[in-house]
Amino acid sequence: MIYADNAATTKTSPLAQKVMLDAMERFWGNPSSLHTPGQQAREALQSAREAVAKAIGAQPREIYFTSGGSEADNQAIASAAKVGAKRGKKHLITTAIEHHAVLHTVEELKKDGFEVTLIPVDESGIVKVSDVAAAIREDTALVSVMFANNEIGTIQPVAEIGALCREKGVPFHTDAVQAAGHLPIDVNAQNIDMLSLSGHKFHGPRGVGALYVRRGAPLLTLIHGGAQESGRRAGTENLPAILGMAAALEDAVAHMEENGAHAARLRDALIDGLSRIPHAALNGSREHRLPGNVNFCFEGIEGESLLLLLDDKGIAASSGSACTSGSLDPSHVLLAIGRPHEVAHGSLRLSLDRENTMEDVEYIIKAATEVVNYLRDMSPVWKALQRGERDYVIQ
Amino acid sequence: MLYSEKVMDHFRNPRNVGEIADADGVGEVGNAKCGDIMKMYLKIEDGVIADVKFETFGCGSAIATSSMATELIKGKPVDEALKLTNQAVVEALDGLPAHKIHCSVLAEEAVRAAIKDYYDKNGIAYEPEQFCNGDCSCCHEHDHHE
Repeated sequence: MIYADNAATTKTSPLAQKVMLDAMERFWGNPSSLHTPGQQAREALQSAREAVAKAIGAQPREIYFTSGGSEADNQAIASAAKVGAKRGKKHLITTAIEHHAVLHTVEELKKDGFEVTLIPVDESGIVKVSDVAAAIREDTALVSVMFANNEIGTIQPVAEIGALCREKGVPFHTDAVQAAGHLPIDVNAQNIDMLSLSGHKFHGPRGVGALYVRRGAPLLTLIHGGAQESGRRAGTENLPAILGMAAALEDAVAHMEENGAHAARLRDALIDGLSRIPHAALNGSREHRLPGNVNFCFEGIEGESLLLLLDDKGIAASSGSACTSGSLDPSHVLLAIGRPHEVAHGSLRLSLDRENTMEDVEYIIKAATEVVNYLRDMSPVWKALQRGERDYVIQ
Repeated sequence: MLYSEKVMDHFRNPRNVGEIADADGVGEVGNAKCGDIMKMYLKIEDGVIADVKFETFGCGSAIATSSMATELIKGKPVDEALKLTNQAVVEALDGLPAHKIHCSVLAEEAVRAAIKDYYDKNGIAYEPEQFCNGDCSCCHEHDHHE
């Protein structure tokens, strides 16, 4: 099986597994307990906090462990919204291509009277800094722009948007779930006030994540109870997962350059290979792109059948087709970059990483080409395109 | 698994794929915007469906329901084929996930559209109600799915 769905989740690395098992063995105490096992667990927790902080250029006390990226996004946005509302600021800015953890959270806040501006993206999937500047108002409580997109891999001008927000005095949050461990992050240099990350996107465990909140920035509590995480997130800490995540992140950051170069080499070869399929188009920017991300639309076919047939050929991938998600509409990201519905249904995402090889890429190109041709052969849409009864969207 | 073994079998090895150049009836339903289009071709001899082929743009269950629908009507008298229901297709496939039921509706509609085309081309009289059960949501399935 060729695993090419690393944007969905990554395999827990042997290192992370070892650290987690070790944690269960040695640090089973409750970090809130005063006795020796408890204090040992507390120290381990602190070391993980230091490691995560270091990976993004933050201070340990600025790191709050959560159950994952979604919780971190929810807490960051709800916090900034509530704090803003107290000062009469009820306007939120985010983008059309965010993860639903952000989009559904701001949608929910609309019910509380918040106004939301969704910044569009250009056809390559990049947010314009000038659009953010134009959207900022006196009553803007938060700007949230993702570091890199989970579907089409586009890397956003986060540092510039952060600088703009700093200048305007608006808190800036970034969902860095796809970026952490893969792209250099420095919360100070990049002017980031809040940042979300998730353990399982860099070979750590799932069910754990972190929220960075700049010192002095207010953070409200979503989960009430004990005084864990400086009183900002109740619940006995999931220490094995936290330690596993910290170890995986440290490892990813230590090898970021070589892993990134490897994934980018495979990505570029895969993009070149799939581009040879007629009426196929790369989604997202070719330059400002996550090292392992490949996302294509193939005209005349539907993504779920493509995925299932690739799975039969031993390739695990993903699609932005409505049919794969159980929702009715195709990917909001593909629609945001201007792909019409009928083409957005025929999308394929392949996300590669350090464990993939050039042989994988060659096999994927061969298999995807075969499957696309097979499905086009039975597609009345493709036939109509070929007969000239419909116009190609992708030339 | 999302799909039953039967669905996967009909998806992986679809029966009766292709087109019939001199078809007696052709029906196309669905909308590419919604992600599925089915086209059904019928060859009719002495009131019996002698041959049937389909082309489908759509997900795994769209392909599987088209394939199963062709199997269910092949060799059947036209008036019997007209009684094909989406439930019969779903049952023959050992079920479909709830959000895929609309694929079976589309398969039923494709068969009916092809038969209607055959009636129209051959001047065979029919009651309009035969092709409309009065439930408009049925024909506008693709405006809202379920």
